[in-house]
Amino acid sequence: MNQGIDLQGSFIRAMVDLGFSPGVAKTLWLPLPMGVILVAATVSIFVTVWLERKISAAAQQRIGPEYAGPLGTLQAAADGIKLIFKEDITPAKADPWLFTLGPAIVVIPVFLSFLIVPFGQNMVITDIGVGIFLWIALSSIAPIGLLMAGYSSNNKYSLLGGLRAAAQSISYEIPMALAVLAVVLMSNSLSTIDIVNQQSGYGILGWNIWRQPAGFLIFWIAALAECERLPFDLPEAEEELVAGYQTEYTGMKFGLFYVGSYVNLVLSALIVSILYLGGWEFPVSVTWISGLLGISETTPWLQVITAAIGIMMTVFKAYALVFIAILLRWTVPRVRIDQLLDFGWKFLLPVSLVNLLLTAALKLTFPVAFGG
Amino acid sequence: MTLSEGVQLVAFGLLAIMMLGGALGVVLLENIVYSAFLLGGVFLSMSGMFILLNAGFVAAAQVLVYVGAVSVLILFGIMLVNKQQPFLPVKSAWVGKAATGAVCAGLFALLTATVFKTSWAFSPEMPVGDQAIVEIGKHFFTDYLLAFELASVLLLIALIGAIVLARRELIPDTLPGEDESEALQLPERPRQLVSSVAANTSDSDA
Repeated sequence: MNQGIDLQGSFIRAMVDLGFSPGVAKTLWLPLPMGVILVAATVSIFVTVWLERKISAAAQQRIGPEYAGPLGTLQAAADGIKLIFKEDITPAKADPWLFTLGPAIVVIPVFLSFLIVPFGQNMVITDIGVGIFLWIALSSIAPIGLLMAGYSSNNKYSLLGGLRAAAQSISYEIPMALAVLAVVLMSNSLSTIDIVNQQSGYGILGWNIWRQPAGFLIFWIAALAECERLPFDLPEAEEELVAGYQTEYTGMKFGLFYVGSYVNLVLSALIVSILYLGGWEFPVSVTWISGLLGISETTPWLQVITAAIGIMMTVFKAYALVFIAILLRWTVPRVRIDQLLDFGWKFLLPVSLVNLLLTAALKLTFPVAFGG
Repeated sequence: MTLSEGVQLVAFGLLAIMMLGGALGVVLLENIVYSAFLLGGVFLSMSGMFILLNAGFVAAAQVLVYVGAVSVLILFGIMLVNKQQPFLPVKSAWVGKAATGAVCAGLFALLTATVFKTSWAFSPEMPVGDQAIVEIGKHFFTDYLLAFELASVLLLIALIGAIVLARRELIPDTLPGEDESEALQLPERPRQLVSSVAANTSDSDA
């Protein structure tokens, strides 16, 4: 198995050569990938907000932001600076502690989930055994923050929005977890690295989307619902609830909800690309090409190219999905709350159960194709 | 002391403080919403303890089940049933309090006995680490099969009970037409009394 480049190993070896002890070298290494991922996640907000503005403008035959930076790319930065300088108002009858804590609890689990997102064989903060399960667990914390924000605002719209958010998130977590379970069944592991490796070797033909078409759709719908994107943005349905749990928030606390929702969208797209679209795999297997050209897999320059292609492919697939999500948002009307809950419990849940059973049966019947 | 040991020690101290403080807050705070949020915090710090014990899967399951589901449902219940009414003085309330005290003291005594009886020596076996999921799965389907199946049956019963409760729509306490005229009735599905529903369940699914 080609291990690809091992940045951690190389870094620690270089530091040890410079005269540091291995423990100190490891300590110096630890914050680097975390910092890089944090910065990347933050930059992804700007990219996504810009995409959202430009694509929505195109969908409505407008031009969109144009003057802030080239093609309006700095519009999101301008928005952010505006939010930072806005007055931070806590309503007089609100609960100040819960009001402040709510947005933080929504945002922190989202950033924490980047722990398990791999961009290559060794390009992950940590390859823990529970992998994808950790993401499911972390994403279930957010509703507490939403309930906290909704309750502490002391506003009926906020409370209703918070309750809706929690109900929606709980309802769509189950089909999503079942869809993930079907993928895990095929890869025999919860680790995101193993899930991608199980799809590798055959290029685009090996990706899970061909083996799990129903699971892919279920997961994508549930992920959109978890992100509270239109057509599922019931918690902040402005015609009914003003802005749901965000109604009373101003300044950066309000901004945190936005940061959370956009990072969550990018994260969900990344997870979909890992689970169903082969993660960092190029549509044509790089191993196969190098074999055809007669180049050894362990050639250093080939490894660098493979790693670069891996990162680009992961990000490209994720942003292709973000593009679809944005198009959906600006073309599809919102569903009603009863339709939303009916769809989750009466359609997605049975379908995902059937999908799981079918996957188990197929795995027993065709162990070659379904990871025996 | 290496770095990882130091981190573990500090993390253990922080988690212990969070857990004990949160648990005391759950019991002592007047506002029930604070108690519910703090309960979520206690569950979170408990999952941190599991991580320190090399039990990653149990930690994630703890977050998913207790923080993501149980705490949220408790909060949901509190926020939907926002009943503002003063507590009525109950006659001979001390009986209930005494019974609660006795139960709590008994539980505490039992736990203390368990703490002193358990051998806290380190197990010589290596922790299985990431293979824990496989081990847990094997146990579920061999020596813990009965407990596993009983738990699933219990959940099924709760599920069916919730559906039955939720399906019972618009059952008034009084007979229709008893205290309101026909003109004031909204166009709803035909109403049934609880007693008639109970009588009908034998021959039809209400």
